[in-house]
Amino acid sequence: MRPSASRALIPLGIFIALAALLFYGLGLDPRTVPSPLVDKPAPAFALQSLKDPGQTLTQEVLRGKVSLVNVWASWCPSCRQEHGELMQIAHEQGIQVIGFNWKDTRPEALQMLRQYGDPYAAILFDPDNKAGIDWGVYGAPETFVVDGEGIIRHKRIGPIDRAVWESEILPIIKRYRSQ
Amino acid sequence: MRLTNLMQTVLSGVLLATALVFSTAQAYTLEEFTFDDPAKFNEFHDLIGKLRCLVCQNESLAGSQAGVAEDLRKEVYRMLREGQSREQVIAFLTARYGDFVLYEPPIKPSTYILWFGPFLLVGFGGWRLLRTLQRKKSEPEQAELSADERARLNQLLAQKHDHQDI
Repeated sequence: MRPSASRALIPLGIFIALAALLFYGLGLDPRTVPSPLVDKPAPAFALQSLKDPGQTLTQEVLRGKVSLVNVWASWCPSCRQEHGELMQIAHEQGIQVIGFNWKDTRPEALQMLRQYGDPYAAILFDPDNKAGIDWGVYGAPETFVVDGEGIIRHKRIGPIDRAVWESEILPIIKRYRSQ
Repeated sequence: MRLTNLMQTVLSGVLLATALVFSTAQAYTLEEFTFDDPAKFNEFHDLIGKLRCLVCQNESLAGSQAGVAEDLRKEVYRMLREGQSREQVIAFLTARYGDFVLYEPPIKPSTYILWFGPFLLVGFGGWRLLRTLQRKKSEPEQAELSADERARLNQLLAQKHDHQDI
């Protein structure tokens, strides 16, 4: 090819590269904001237990084994949608799921658990978004994977279904459970 | 004509009422935040205007009615009241929500391309333009036609003339 002909292809090459980049960008979800907390210790908290107002739960509940910390609320439709999957994860797969009841009221939250079942080993009650800000929560549902040392290893924004569980969350749990 | 006038009056009334309703709603949300020092209030106002609400991403903390934005407004207010600086508030929020809460991203290696890319592109384009112009200047285009070209030109002009006659 003559040099001038190959030079004429340069703008076309730039155009194709730019189109590919923008097309890739179209597939990204702007609602998924990466969390700066991943690979850092879970923020400290001292919150009432949802079921027992007299009991205070701290980050110690996360010690010892890999847990899922699931941010949920009774007003959140996607939380209801993922609830069945969480029941399955907790009861059939034996994963410790800690509930993080967020910006909710106690009666409505308990009502939802009566209606749909309770997958949680313990439930933190945060009606005023006190610990939620420290955890960088900006919506429900959100789910954190926390390893046995209390370090956040992953954050999932949005509901968990079977595909998300198998491809995104289970591999991370397996990696940190074996350590 | 009269009907159009009436319509216009009604319409402007509706618009005015809407504007009033919304302006009071906006004022209401910020009224609860009081500072003894007006400079502090301006600082607060400026800061929440530059922080992004993560729920409705095209709104600032100042403008958003989302619950999370309200909580964060209160948190920023509390920190400023306690005498913490603007930098401390920004550090607090970015440690939890990431740089995404800032409408103006910080300058660091991962954002170099964002900050300096446009200048590089303009510089490269300008350099190419100058080079092309200089080359054009140093080798001017041939102004004179060769004998063959002149003959061909005359032929074409003659043809055109013929067509016009028809």
